[in-house]
Amino acid sequence: MIVTDANSQQNRWKHLHKVLTNAGPYCDEDWIPGEETITALESSKILGAGGLGCEILKNLALSGFKDIHVIDMDTIDISNLNRQFLFRQADIGKPKAEVAAAFVERRVKGVKITPFVGKIQDKDEDYYMQFKIVICGLDSIEARRWINSTLIGMVDMENPESLKPLIDGGTEGFKGQARVILPTLSSCIECQLDMHAPRPAVPLCTIATIPRQPQHCIEWAHQIAWQEKRKDDTFDSDDMEHISWVYNTAMERAQQFHIHGVTFQMTQGVVKNIIPAIASTNAVIAASTTSEVLKIATSCNPYLENYMMYAGEEGVYTYTFEAEKKPDCPVCGNLARKMIVDRNSTLGDFIDSLGERAEAQLKKPSLRTEEKTLYQRFPPQLEEHTRPNLKLKLHELLEDGEEVAVSDPAYTIDFRYKVIFNK
Amino acid sequence: MLKIWSMKQQQQQAENAEGAAGKKKKKVTAAQLRVQRDLQELTLGNTMKMSFPNPDDILNFTLTIEPDEGMYKGGVFNFSFSVNQNFPHDPPKVKCTQKIYHPNIDLEGNVCLNILREDWKPVLNLNAVIVGMQFLFLEPNASDPLNKEAAEDLRTNREGFKRNVRSSMAGGSVRGIAFERVLR
Repeated sequence: MIVTDANSQQNRWKHLHKVLTNAGPYCDEDWIPGEETITALESSKILGAGGLGCEILKNLALSGFKDIHVIDMDTIDISNLNRQFLFRQADIGKPKAEVAAAFVERRVKGVKITPFVGKIQDKDEDYYMQFKIVICGLDSIEARRWINSTLIGMVDMENPESLKPLIDGGTEGFKGQARVILPTLSSCIECQLDMHAPRPAVPLCTIATIPRQPQHCIEWAHQIAWQEKRKDDTFDSDDMEHISWVYNTAMERAQQFHIHGVTFQMTQGVVKNIIPAIASTNAVIAASTTSEVLKIATSCNPYLENYMMYAGEEGVYTYTFEAEKKPDCPVCGNLARKMIVDRNSTLGDFIDSLGERAEAQLKKPSLRTEEKTLYQRFPPQLEEHTRPNLKLKLHELLEDGEEVAVSDPAYTIDFRYKVIFNK
Repeated sequence: MLKIWSMKQQQQQAENAEGAAGKKKKKVTAAQLRVQRDLQELTLGNTMKMSFPNPDDILNFTLTIEPDEGMYKGGVFNFSFSVNQNFPHDPPKVKCTQKIYHPNIDLEGNVCLNILREDWKPVLNLNAVIVGMQFLFLEPNASDPLNKEAAEDLRTNREGFKRNVRSSMAGGSVRGIAFERVLR
């Protein structure tokens, strides 16, 4: 059905507006349904990042959000067309973010979608500060940890707008998960990190000597044979010739060890680390995450607290629970405290003062900033190199407001201070 | 709008009066913080030394091992350590920068040590890794080889293996492969 006339366009929001203009039994007591809520929804700037893109973008646009930004670094591959429904044959090779944005803008009148082709890591805090909510369908733990620590680092206790709810979704085959993270207030991705099973690694020695599985032969061709025979070429997992070479080499090795089952597809899977993506799992997870965005942006209903797992391998099973904040979480359990210092005191004086602070009482601290090793007690080579810093004045080593991280072998936790020069 | 925002709204005015305390600065990463801690807790003894090409970058450094006993006594072995921002969830990447004759180190410098790969856990620290590295020189292990020929020599002819170690460390050839001189 193609909706074109203005009347039908307006009808599109009929049900949504019904929900937003009537209080339900579970909604927040302080919430006032009506026009104000609809305006708030339409003016909320939302950021969508990563792989569940098509679904999330479509859902956000159809939930009434009007100002959506999207980040994705990928270009469209032929293998995406089976499930990423905003893309067509003619789009192959074009950036996903741009094609998806243009498609949804064409289809849903009145929505503005701003694409950015690149990595989430290309953007800084100033960029993320403009959004109300961030929703992610990222494909790696690394990227999740990055966005998590960035959003937590942005929280300024004195600026409520700096707190950006993060809605994270992820899928693997028939399994999926959706979670709501209120940076610094609720359990974060880093707190929950040990819930992820580690990626199985095969000992290098097994690969090098006695392979037992077809995957070992592929790893051997990819990691060892390539190094030996094609040292000067940088392996590119998107280059068909490279994959074919690895495949043929792996086949030879498999025959030598009487191992069956090396296929071209498996080779691609092993070297590209491909995780199977199932369209309906993605749809379930994208739907649950975007529905959380809608609820948080409007307060029309309580939001997920805070983790929903979905298991679809055997029938359908979901379970919701509240993951707890880890007190010693290296990201959210360890926020920088403000410390006001005299810019003309020396680093040595500063270290002495750490020993006197009630919460620290550090005896043998080592300190650094993101850029500089300020003072490192061990090993000796670093101690010698950083010792002269002890005599330097703080303003010669730090900028006003810079973060200093302190660790001391006597304590199992580290301390972070935001050092502010007194005026 | 979410309640948490309004809860904090009042506090905002106070902040405006104080004025912004400069632009936000980069934060020390979790990996840097963990390495800072791990370095402080190292036990190097007198057989190991570390060097930092750029002392402000503690994620990349060289470890030098000079075994004072065992078959590799008298050698000076250099390993490059490279720790990524995903540490301690990823193990450090360790490579021998010299071409040496060792059953658990191949000619490219790759090291076969279980805790650098399949048995790595975030609770392990850099000290565990360097202790493991030191152990490889005291007890080369033929059952988990990366250099198959060397492992074969060690298994079938221990005395011959010892001679090969001596001559390879002196810069000689073993089975037609020339090795780097690593003697002190």
